[in-house]
Amino acid sequence: MIKIKNLTKKFGSNVSLEKVSCEFNKNESIALMGANGAGKTTLVRSIMGYYHPNSGEVLINGLNPIKNRLDVLEHISFVPQLPPPIKLSISELMEYIEVSAKVDKELIKHYANEMKLDISANLNKSFFKLSGGMKQKLLIAISLAKKSDIIIYDEPTANLDPKARDDFYRLLKQNEEDKVLLFVTHRLEEVKDLINRQIYMDLGKIVSDERF
Amino acid sequence: MKNLYLIAYLDLKESIRAKWFVVYSFVFGGLIALFFIAGVTESQVMGFSGLSRLLLMYIQITIVILPIFILITTVRSISGDRDSHVLEYMLSFPISLKQYYWGKVIGRFITVFLPVFFAMVIAIVYGAFKGAAIPWSIFFLYTGLLFAMSSAFLGIAFFISSFVKSSEVALGLSFFIWIFLLAFIDIALISLMMQERMSSSLIIFISLINPMEIFRVAAISLFDPQLTVMGPVAFYILDSMSQTVFVLVSIVYPLVLGLVFAFLGYKIFEKKDLV
Repeated sequence: MIKIKNLTKKFGSNVSLEKVSCEFNKNESIALMGANGAGKTTLVRSIMGYYHPNSGEVLINGLNPIKNRLDVLEHISFVPQLPPPIKLSISELMEYIEVSAKVDKELIKHYANEMKLDISANLNKSFFKLSGGMKQKLLIAISLAKKSDIIIYDEPTANLDPKARDDFYRLLKQNEEDKVLLFVTHRLEEVKDLINRQIYMDLGKIVSDERF
Repeated sequence: MKNLYLIAYLDLKESIRAKWFVVYSFVFGGLIALFFIAGVTESQVMGFSGLSRLLLMYIQITIVILPIFILITTVRSISGDRDSHVLEYMLSFPISLKQYYWGKVIGRFITVFLPVFFAMVIAIVYGAFKGAAIPWSIFFLYTGLLFAMSSAFLGIAFFISSFVKSSEVALGLSFFIWIFLLAFIDIALISLMMQERMSSSLIIFISLINPMEIFRVAAISLFDPQLTVMGPVAFYILDSMSQTVFVLVSIVYPLVLGLVFAFLGYKIFEKKDLV
């Protein structure tokens, strides 16, 4: 599904990714780990097509995520580490997602309920005014409702309480079949029951890649 | 197209709720109200009276404050979203960069143009209610000029927003452009340049490429072109070019300028790293 070949990304003189090559296939749940500045976020952003690589390439189902942005992003769900301060109301955000990604609003509500988040009562509230945990729950609900083949979570449980984390893991277990799950995390113990592969990055390179 | 309208619609809704929009609308609406309260329509100075005088005063103030309002409120449109990681999340959905960018441009254009336009409409309606004669030719000219001026500075703002990494730099650049263009209007630097005996064709060229100067000259072109308040360059332009041609230039040129800058901004947005 995801093929990365000799990917190099530099920011000025700083090499963020250096000739990174790897593949992520169906039914793989990967923990992407490494110290700050190791290149994890750059790798994820390259997969999403946000960065133009200096050399090498990223292919998602054989497609370049920059040139074939729409086709590629139809297959990817993404939850960032910190929910961004989106000023749209929840209903507007859901409308954006429904129209752009053809996600059923009812399905978002369903997963939000599963995450113990009542969005019906907050539809007119600005997204950025929700608590950190509520925002994260909503973004997780959206990522699951999108029914993507590739789900990328950047520290997804950072804002969640233990009960919400359990709900999140339960929902992921129910939805992991035939997908690539990519977790950017510093805490392996939180996702160890979900993952079957662990990649460790350092200084822009993959230094270990273990499958369980 | 559905995505384009959606982005425009959501940007419009988001802007209308923002505090800057309230201030922005209050400033232009308040100006009109202030003019009526101050009895501007009843006074007669240098041949202008009634609503004509009110609209002229409104447009002369607008020349100075509209560009900076548009620049500082719009310049953070994309760079601010980039700063706060909103762009990273919103663009994780299958929406094309073209739809996202131009949707934002359309939404923001409506937001910045409507308050200045409606302030004029309010003046016309209130003036008609008070029994004043409606200067339709001035109203239509100013509507066209405001439309063109809004598009010029909106295009410049989106251009800056597309390549600047932080909102602070974007704001600084906006102030610089505003001051720079303001300095190159007739009364200020151009008079100085004439004193320094610079080539008149260079002076005219500089004034003609400055959208603020074009706007200023066009705004007073319907009045007596002999007026000394116009300044030397404005007088020269109106003396050497027919009024109709100049009015057309003053509307078409800023429109094209805005579109060119907006298009360049889009090309940068498309080619650069998104976050």
